[in-house]
Amino acid sequence: MREPDLLHPTITVVVNGTAQPTTARTLQDWVDAQDVLPTGLATAVNGQFVPRGLRMNQVLADGDTILTFQPIQGG
Amino acid sequence: MSIHDQNATLEPTTWHIGGRTLSSRFFLGTAAYPSPQVLQEAIAASGSQVVTMGLRRQLAHGAQAGDFFAMVKATGAHLLPNTAGCHTAREAITLAHMARELFDTTWIKLEVVGDAHTLQPDPFELLIAAAQLVKDGFEVFPYCMDDLVSCQRLLDAGCNILMPWGAPIGSGQGLVNPGALRTLRARLPGVPLIVDAGIGSPADAVQAMELGLDGVLLNSAVANAIDPVRMARAFKLGIESGRMAFEAGVMARQDMAVASTPVAGHPILL
Repeated sequence: MREPDLLHPTITVVVNGTAQPTTARTLQDWVDAQDVLPTGLATAVNGQFVPRGLRMNQVLADGDTILTFQPIQGG
Repeated sequence: MSIHDQNATLEPTTWHIGGRTLSSRFFLGTAAYPSPQVLQEAIAASGSQVVTMGLRRQLAHGAQAGDFFAMVKATGAHLLPNTAGCHTAREAITLAHMARELFDTTWIKLEVVGDAHTLQPDPFELLIAAAQLVKDGFEVFPYCMDDLVSCQRLLDAGCNILMPWGAPIGSGQGLVNPGALRTLRARLPGVPLIVDAGIGSPADAVQAMELGLDGVLLNSAVANAIDPVRMARAFKLGIESGRMAFEAGVMARQDMAVASTPVAGHPILL
């Protein structure tokens, strides 16, 4: 049986409507674990915009919702 | 003045909007083109110096998310991100802040839709969002109705620019209420007015410019043309033509015929 990682417990966050497990402690950790350019992504947690410079201060909790936005074509 | 100098004064003059100086009065949307290359060529053919972009809730991985953005940035045009799809002031404010971070601009085309069928702006939510975003340091380009009083309220809230609709987005109906736009121009001299949405053909853009509006923002009329690049050029010429006609002063309409050839003093031969 796998030992639980007490330093990095797995929590569940809801990313753009889909639940996913993560061991990220902060939003910055979570973004870093994605295969995206951090500057090409805008983020919100629980409906509140989190500027790029504050992602490291945004601690994630079980059940948090994360929204990510990226540039697209528009009229 | 030589003929050469005289012709030089007939070139489009520069104008100012949102702290920037432009020579083009054509704002172009970047959606729904057959391919990125056609979009790139259409931007070049249009001479547009301002292009609109959007934001989508997504998490595209790798380079794919950045390619399109990089291509548009490479055109050198100023970016005008929008808040398309928002139905409340709160949503629009949040999206505007995200757009400022992503596109590195304080310009925001503020859209708050009030009706799903017509995509008509919600004047009440729009006003709330505009007031907050002005306080937050944005240069707000509100996509608004052509109603004079609601436009005045947006100016009272700190907007410096207005973008009244010509017709419902993507409808290509042209200017459904030119009288209202004429009223806006007359009552709000000096306020940059950009007709946004509903333009179908270059003739519609000419009409808007002849009314004295300062610019035209459109997307579908170019993107949905059989040849978007050629249509982009057609709109460029139309917008320049309409502006020049406005500056030249379009003659007043007459109820009756007025002979253009002088007849006084002509001998009666028959």
